[in-house]
Amino acid sequence: MSKDIKIRKGLNIRLKGEAEKTLSNAPRSRTFAIRPQDFHLITPKMVLKEGAKVQVGDILFYSKSQEELKFVSPASGTLTEIERGAKRVITKITIEADLQDTYKDFGRIDLDTISREDLKKHLMNSGCWPFIKQRPYHLIANPDIAPKAIFISGFNTAPLAADLNFTLQGKEKQIQVAVTALSKLTDGVVHVSVGTGQESPFSGLKDISLHTFRGPHPAGNVGTQISKLDPVNKGDTVWTVAAQDLVIIGELLTSGKFNADRVIALAGSSVKTPKYYKTKIGSEVSTFVYDSGLSEDNSRLISGDVLTGTKISPKGHLGFYDNSVQIIPEGDDYEFLGWTMPIFNKISPSRALTFSWMFPKKKYNLNTNTNGEPRAFVVTGIYEEVFPMEIYPLQILKACMVKDLDAMEALGMYEVAPEDFSLTEFICVSKQPHQQIIRDGLDLMYKEIG
Amino acid sequence: MGLKQKLHRLKEKYRGKKMAPAFNALHTFLYLPNHTTHSGGHVRAADDLKRTMNIVIMALLPCLIFGIFNTGYQHYLASGDIQAATDFFSPEFWSMENFSLGAWKVLPLVLISYGVGLGVEFLFAVIKGHEVEEGYLVTGMLVPLIVPIDIPLWMLTVAVIFGVVIGKEVFGGTGMNILNPALTIRAFLFFAYPTWMSGDKVWVTGAVESIGNPDAISGETILGSLAQGNSIGYDLMDMFYGFIPGSVGETSTLLILLGGLFLIFTKIGSWRIMFSAVVGALGMGLIFNGVVSAEWIGENSKFFSLMNTEFWQHLLMGGLAFGIVYMATDPVTASQTNKGKWIYGIMIGVLSVMIRVFNPAYPEGVMLAILLMNVFAPTIDHYVLQANIKKRAKRIKVKTV
Repeated sequence: MSKDIKIRKGLNIRLKGEAEKTLSNAPRSRTFAIRPQDFHLITPKMVLKEGAKVQVGDILFYSKSQEELKFVSPASGTLTEIERGAKRVITKITIEADLQDTYKDFGRIDLDTISREDLKKHLMNSGCWPFIKQRPYHLIANPDIAPKAIFISGFNTAPLAADLNFTLQGKEKQIQVAVTALSKLTDGVVHVSVGTGQESPFSGLKDISLHTFRGPHPAGNVGTQISKLDPVNKGDTVWTVAAQDLVIIGELLTSGKFNADRVIALAGSSVKTPKYYKTKIGSEVSTFVYDSGLSEDNSRLISGDVLTGTKISPKGHLGFYDNSVQIIPEGDDYEFLGWTMPIFNKISPSRALTFSWMFPKKKYNLNTNTNGEPRAFVVTGIYEEVFPMEIYPLQILKACMVKDLDAMEALGMYEVAPEDFSLTEFICVSKQPHQQIIRDGLDLMYKEIG
Repeated sequence: MGLKQKLHRLKEKYRGKKMAPAFNALHTFLYLPNHTTHSGGHVRAADDLKRTMNIVIMALLPCLIFGIFNTGYQHYLASGDIQAATDFFSPEFWSMENFSLGAWKVLPLVLISYGVGLGVEFLFAVIKGHEVEEGYLVTGMLVPLIVPIDIPLWMLTVAVIFGVVIGKEVFGGTGMNILNPALTIRAFLFFAYPTWMSGDKVWVTGAVESIGNPDAISGETILGSLAQGNSIGYDLMDMFYGFIPGSVGETSTLLILLGGLFLIFTKIGSWRIMFSAVVGALGMGLIFNGVVSAEWIGENSKFFSLMNTEFWQHLLMGGLAFGIVYMATDPVTASQTNKGKWIYGIMIGVLSVMIRVFNPAYPEGVMLAILLMNVFAPTIDHYVLQANIKKRAKRIKVKTV
């Protein structure tokens, strides 16, 4: 059943500052933080009060709308601060770490005998359920709906992204346990897609259907892979899990511990020595950022990749789902006659006095400037060039903007996630916030239909 | 303190004020703004709308310069002062006299077009509190190129105001309009002041004033004379180079071809629309040639001369080439799906040649063909999208069976 699929549409964004394949241990972080915004549409209900002592795996909060969905601490220490924003929404939960982690023991389980319901409960109690996401709506999976299939992308094509073949080295055992467990949660197949060329930690696994994808970004995005392998129809649900999170799930099932260890890539043109670090979910990024050093003070720190990540402050923490931290220069400066001068140092999908088409292998140092002001949609036909799904991107964006639920549903809204529109957003001449438009559209549909 | 900092302070000072859009419009022309990404991706590609529009203007500039020379050339040729040019680089054509007369006539059209049009745009931006969008930069360059040279400036002023307000701003401004604004302006002129937009007196400067004089000059367009059953009267290379009477910038098929190739190369203009419109025009021309060779109509039919025109020569006459390259490709008013663009382009080619042949009173069909297809473009897109929607619905059926 394995397929070999070639993607033609897309765009590889080559940036300077790719992480060198050497692994260092990041110093232990003094504080850890969990940001509830990482879990879209989850309203946290705190279990602990400020000052409480926690172990790794102790429940910090649960979802107000679904009490069995629990979120646990990645480190042991003292809960020092519950930061609230507008309307008293919890924005950050900070834990001052102990010197050594002590783990809560969730107990080992036998995958051969455990029932599907018990396995779900085990994953939810141990805080591993949030790693499982669902489409439609791109939210944490609803445990009450059995998915028709589960999709895992085994490689990254996003700019400067962590090389999973490197970060998952030696974790084959945990990954195998995790995919076997996932295969018990669906009546369908666990699809794993890998790139070509290199030996992948996924290639020898059982209980999966292995596919290869080749072509430019977004070949490595799970949304692209779903659309080519088994697209989401109305009424379907599929689940997705990020490859690095399989390690944590596998560790839980084999050792009984919630082990938040993660190998991340520190990359970007503002980083002096970009390389890989072993750290934990929620740890302070400064622990490894200042180890590598910054070559540019006025820089933006991003937890995640430059197309889909979250902006964080220099004192910020690694996001729950992220396996890279990327740092690029801020572009908050004017450029004299920038709209008409020939451009050699930026990427462009056109040839409008832009010359990136002449140097397909060149690596660029892009900053955060938008290179223009937001406008109404004018140019057509360019989005399709970088969008490999069988969906009309401009039309579905417009349907979201005018909140036309019927059109959104008919045009394929159940199949998409904001990250699928990160490339159309990158090349947008009108500088429209595509990912935000899609996220708002999905939220509206979830509220009205889902 | 440099200019950059001074302007930055002014921008901050005017932020949120009524005149801010007007200031920002000028400021962003001088400096690419310092905006950084806030939501979604943290990096963006280099292209913005100003750059896109600028490329179209660059593709139009050769037509404008040629139009300036051609204005003087047609005048002096009709009055018998100079000899006809023999090849593209003839000194009879590229002379200082031709340029100065042409510039004297053409530049006021450009100034009126940009001055009035941008004035309306700024006014609307300030009233509605949005930024000045760049759509009019191209419209403003197109307008002087598609009107007869002697059009009175007040008529042009009225038409530009009508075109920008009714053609664009009432729909919500750039990106929201249904009809091509430049063609709306031309259509307004055509229906409001037909005597200034057709006939044999408006295409060569000075022809109207010279009526009744013993040395009266006239200059008929090729389409005009064919529609009346006369012969072309120009050789093919003159038509290809553009040494013929017509609207200011539409005559040189050679430069339009180069402009079209430039637009395709830069990926700003849609090659699908250009290619399919040419195919449509050639196909319709071939059908009419077939009608003539099958002897379904006789030589005394009033459609005979235009129907008998070699099918490919339609591309050299009138505004067909100009319309296909610069106006049918307007992304806002064209079909927005790639499949739709093929249908849209073919229909423009077919209708342009059809209107030419069947409407001797006004043999220039491309304007009406594009406006008509502008109206139908959303319908074409609707059916293209329906195909995608049906495919998606079918996927569910296959699964449940």
